[in-house]
Order: sequence, then structure tokens, then C-alpha cells
Amino acid sequence: MSAVAESFATALRLITEADPALVRIVALSFAISGAACAAAAALGLVAGAWLAAARFRGRRLVLLALDTLLALPSVVVGLLVYLGLSRSGPLGAWGILFTPAAMVIAQTILVLPIIAALARQVVADALREGGDQLRSMGAGRLVAALLMLLHERWAVATLLLAAFGRAISEVGAVMIVGGNIDGVTRVMTTAIALETSKGDLPLALALGFVLLAVVALVNAVIALVPHARGVVAAENR
Amino acid sequence: MATAEPLLALRDATVRFGDVVAVRDASLEIRAGESVAVVGANGSGKTTLLRTLHGVVEHTGTRRVSAAASPQAMVFQRPFLLRLSVRRNLRIALRLGAAELSTRERRLRAEEALARVGLQALGDRPARLLSGGEQQRLALARSWSVRPAVLFLDEPTANLDPSAKKEVEALLAGFIAEGMTIVMSTHNLGQAKRLATRIVYMDSGRIDADLPTAQFFADTIGGRADLFLKGDLSWSLE
Repeated sequence: MSAVAESFATALRLITEADPALVRIVALSFAISGAACAAAAALGLVAGAWLAAARFRGRRLVLLALDTLLALPSVVVGLLVYLGLSRSGPLGAWGILFTPAAMVIAQTILVLPIIAALARQVVADALREGGDQLRSMGAGRLVAALLMLLHERWAVATLLLAAFGRAISEVGAVMIVGGNIDGVTRVMTTAIALETSKGDLPLALALGFVLLAVVALVNAVIALVPHARGVVAAENR
Repeated sequence: MATAEPLLALRDATVRFGDVVAVRDASLEIRAGESVAVVGANGSGKTTLLRTLHGVVEHTGTRRVSAAASPQAMVFQRPFLLRLSVRRNLRIALRLGAAELSTRERRLRAEEALARVGLQALGDRPARLLSGGEQQRLALARSWSVRPAVLFLDEPTANLDPSAKKEVEALLAGFIAEGMTIVMSTHNLGQAKRLATRIVYMDSGRIDADLPTAQFFADTIGGRADLFLKGDLSWSLE
């Protein structure tokens, strides 16, 4: 059996036997990315809704900045969070560099613009359709925008899944602020990078399969959402 | 019965959308118990006048609203319904428009409104899966549930089939019989004749005639209003 085929076989065995190291890394990855997405959703959905409804001086500039942040490189986020949390940084006293908390902060910053920008677009489109009518019923601008998040909950679910996919598959930021410490801050992407560089392909491959499966699952759910949104299509007929 | 003190008074209101003047120097008073139909050809400014009276459009004139004119509600030509159940749409409308009510009162009021428009059996159905007529009835229930002092209706039956049109008209006739003040825009002169006590005729953004219904249909008003009545401008008596 060739080395690559052997690696594949070992990787599959690690998965089927639920290898403790593999499970620990996968669980930590889910916990960190899930927490980051929850925090970014709490801030980003409200910020997006507010940006869709609010009218203020400099709004265009804010929207331009937000759209620019969509393409924020993860290593830049990692670097900025590192600078902020390092001992000599403004938040150095927190002492959370190289902990999962720092990784959550980095991923939150990474996906926040995605959630805010997409939520703004979704809410703005919905407000164009029914904003006047909600206002006529007594809703203020922000209340109308928040109601639109509820109205467009399928689209919101899709954008949150997309944000989770981005968070769980990124490597640069979590590598810099987490440090890839075994058993503490090692997540799927950083473990893959490390094991590959060490030449330990079975664990890297097993993690790669799991990551691929996670991303595929997220995409499948995103694809299923429009199916669920068949109701929405019928509603819009 | 109409009283002397107007609920709403609009003076010299002009509404512009960019270069387009949708309403020009409009002055109008609405009194309690009146049922006013705003008629006119397409693009004559009926909807904008209604929205101006309702206070959701910026204008250059003055709009006086008496204390008795609150709350107000508006039913739009294409009602916007949230992707929620019929019942939840009603409860949200009540939360927005009658916030002083307790949760229990809102629940009761919602059920009462559903019964009023004959949608009780469809309370748990997604609002957007209702037929056009049912959606318009839900929009009426939503507005009626907040007990508006003035109810604005923008072409409430324009997109409906004859049977749904009849249902909605019967509901409106009921509201009017209860003394609700109604201001509606319509293309349908037959409907205006059946429901309104007063007709406001608009042409090119101006109020051309403002007469009691019987007088509007009996007299020769002159100008484009006569042409409109004859069906030479747009639409005819149904």
C-alpha cells in the first residue's frame, strides 16, 4: 500500500473510531466558530438592520467601509487582534492571548462585516417592499427594520450559515491569536497546517475530511433553505 | 354624522417626487363620520393625496390633525403581510398600533378582528398563502383591530376578483354603518357611489371637485371631471 493510500486508511480509521484527539479538535473548532458567529449575529444583525433603516450624514461612507470589510484578510484580523491583546497592547491586561477567547474575538471580527452587510441588504430590500406600510402601522424605523429580520428569517439563516462556513474554515487569524496549542487552542484548520508541515498526513487528512464534511453540510443546509423557502416562493406568487 | 370640527385639515399641500408634482396646492377637510372617495384617472395623485392626509408623505403645506383623529390606519392596494401566520400578523399590528392594550386584550382583539372579516378558521395559516381577497380582508382586520378614528384605503379592491371585491365592499359598508370615518381612493365609480358620502375628484394632482356624492353624479361639473364620469378619460361606471 502506498504512503498516501495508507494515510487515507488511517484517516478513515481515526474518524470511524472517533479518535479522542480528533474529536477534541473538532469540538473546539465548533465551539469557537459557533460562539464567534453567535456574537457576530447579535451585533451584526442589529447593525445591519439599523444601517438599512437609518438616514444620517456619512451613511454612504459607512456602507462603503462595510463592503470593503467583506474582503478583510483573516491574517490582518489576526495581526490586529494580536496587537490589541498582546502584553504591551491596549487589552493586554485581559491576558487572553493564546486562549480560545482570543480566537472567538478574531473570528467575530472576521464575520461581523459579512453578517452586517448581508443583513443590511436583506432588510433594505424588504423595507422597499413593506417599510411604508409598517411605518403606517406605527412602527419606528428601527422596529420596522427588526421586523424585517423576522420576515426574512430564511435569508437571515442562510447568511448566518455562510458566516459560520467562513469562520470554521479560516486559518490565519486563529493561528496568530490562538497559537495552535495542543489541547487548548488547536482547531481543525491550524491542526491541518501543522500536521501537514510535520508530515503526519493521517491526522491532517482525517481533519481535512471532517472540515470538508462540515463545509459540505453547511452548503447542503444553505441549499435546503431555499427548498424550505419554497414556502416563501409560494407566498410571493 | 358629520360634525363641524374637522378631524383632518390639509391646506395648500404640494407633494413633489423629484421633478414630478404628484399633488398640487391641495386643501381638504375630513370630518368625523364622513366617507370620502377620492376618484380620478391613473396618475391623478389619488394615492399621494391619501398618503399625505395620513401623514406618511412630506409636503409643503400644512396638515392639522385633531386629537380625535387618532389612531389612524391605512389599507394599501397591495397589503404587505409579514411571513408569519394570519394571527401573528394581527397581533403585531396591535402591538404597533394599540400598544396600550395588555397581551390578553390584544389576543382577544385579534380574535375579534379575525371573526369580523371571516378569517377565524385561517388564523394559523401563513398570511402570504391566503388568496388576494383573503389578504385584503386580513389587511382590513389589521386596520380595524386598532379601532382607527380615520381609516384610509388605497384602491382596496383594485386587484380583486368580483366575489372578493363584493366581500371587501360589504365589510367597508359595515365599517361605515358603524360610524367609522373613511377616506378611500378608487377607480371604481360604482363603488364610490355605493360607499361614499362625498366625492373628491382629482386631475393632474389638483383637486378639481369636492362634492356630496349625489351632487357629484347628478350635476354637470364641467371640464375633465365630466369626461371622466362619461368614461372618456379612464374607467367607467361599474
